[in-house]
Amino acid sequence: MAKPEKLIENGIRLDGRRPDELRPIKIKVGVLNRADGSCYFEFGLNKVIAAVYGPREVHPRHMQKSNSAVVRYKYNMASFSVEDRKRPGPDRRSIEVSKVSREALEPVIFQEYFPRSAIDIFVEVLQADAGTRTAGINAASLALADAGIPMKSLVSACAVGKVDDTLVLDLNKDEDNYGQADMPVAMTPDGKITLLQMDGHLSGDEFKEGLEMAKKGCLEIAQLQRAALLEKYATRMDGESNE
Amino acid sequence: MKMEKKLVIPGDFLSDDVKLADEGTYVEDGKVFSSVFGIVSINKLIRVVSLSGKYIPKRDDIVIGIVTEVSFSNWIVDIRSPYDGLLHISEFPRRIDNVDMSKYLKVGDSIMTLVSDVDETMKVELTLNDQRLRQITDGRVIEVTPSKVPRLIGKNGSMIGMLKNETACNIYIAQNGRVWLTGKDKNIDLAIRTIQKIENESHISGLTERIVKFLKQEKGIPAKKQVKKKEEDNSGGILDELLDK
Repeated sequence: MAKPEKLIENGIRLDGRRPDELRPIKIKVGVLNRADGSCYFEFGLNKVIAAVYGPREVHPRHMQKSNSAVVRYKYNMASFSVEDRKRPGPDRRSIEVSKVSREALEPVIFQEYFPRSAIDIFVEVLQADAGTRTAGINAASLALADAGIPMKSLVSACAVGKVDDTLVLDLNKDEDNYGQADMPVAMTPDGKITLLQMDGHLSGDEFKEGLEMAKKGCLEIAQLQRAALLEKYATRMDGESNE
Repeated sequence: MKMEKKLVIPGDFLSDDVKLADEGTYVEDGKVFSSVFGIVSINKLIRVVSLSGKYIPKRDDIVIGIVTEVSFSNWIVDIRSPYDGLLHISEFPRRIDNVDMSKYLKVGDSIMTLVSDVDETMKVELTLNDQRLRQITDGRVIEVTPSKVPRLIGKNGSMIGMLKNETACNIYIAQNGRVWLTGKDKNIDLAIRTIQKIENESHISGLTERIVKFLKQEKGIPAKKQVKKKEEDNSGGILDELLDK
């Protein structure tokens, strides 16, 4: 898509959202039978699936820590997740995303409960439309809870950015490509920030305002995450009574 | 143990009284929060019973293990946890020689064993030196979520006692979520179906009544349904179900 003349018209964005509105979200917990915990997460046109295994034995052995668990996070984009086929396998970007996402989740996991073990998180991006790292973190945090891993709280993530000199929440692909700034934020529901990156330029005041917007967005996502977790057991109840 | 069943997620506020904090919770700023996704139970102390999760070995737990390796003086035993169990040759009820270890327990054998010690680096030591412990040579072993073991046993063993009576099986539930059943094949099938129902519905109240009803239904089924059940049994339903899991 060529650059549109205006990304915001009369306070309405290209996809019809207001500047402080999130894209529609769909969550399903416990989608994979063989994983200890799993979650499917749709964030607008983003579709990601997260799987958690562990705590389990560490291989290779030298990675293990004698006094706590190691958390390993693998973010991967499917070759068909973007318009032009992506060369499969890890690249510089996905290694970076894996690292920052792992660091966004590590502070809430009680790693010291499981010495000499590994908690493996795998995030597969099936369809990408800007904001896959935040979608991945949201999904991974639910998959961890589903796996029964002790945590201080869930983690929610969303991005803010600047397009046409206006701060907007949760950029889509065009806004990301042609906008002026993109800032993904991950935080716990009580406001502790675990991830903050910025691409582009924001003034100090814009940064503060953007962070507040992101906080609001994250709280909204946290509500949906809670509902999705509780729903896993609500639906199971119905399914059983039908037998 | 009368209590309301309430689902909580990690980070949910539970209480202002730090002294009440028990398993599945953590304390921060003088408040108690849930650390896992599970069901709250308030019984003097507040604890959260997780709905899933791995078995973490504790001293004096009885577990069912499978031998995965025979080393110089230890059997290495899979106890369904992130940590392997070590059964030293001296913990075998009889004095045996190093070279004969595989004659008594070989790779793949199942044992009912006791966790004699766990140190801070999670080195798990096992023993067979106890009346209750032995090798498992007959019957079947199935697996359930370890956190649901207390529910399966019931208050003072009420649930498991009922199940044993109704199905005429001998059932041993190990703390690591492995369950050993012996008895007639058909009875074992019924017991396994019931255990799976308990596992799936452990979070809904009124469980015991529902299980009693379920057992009655399964046993006193009208003739038509019984034929159908038989066909299912012939097709090896239970095995397939286990493999699917």
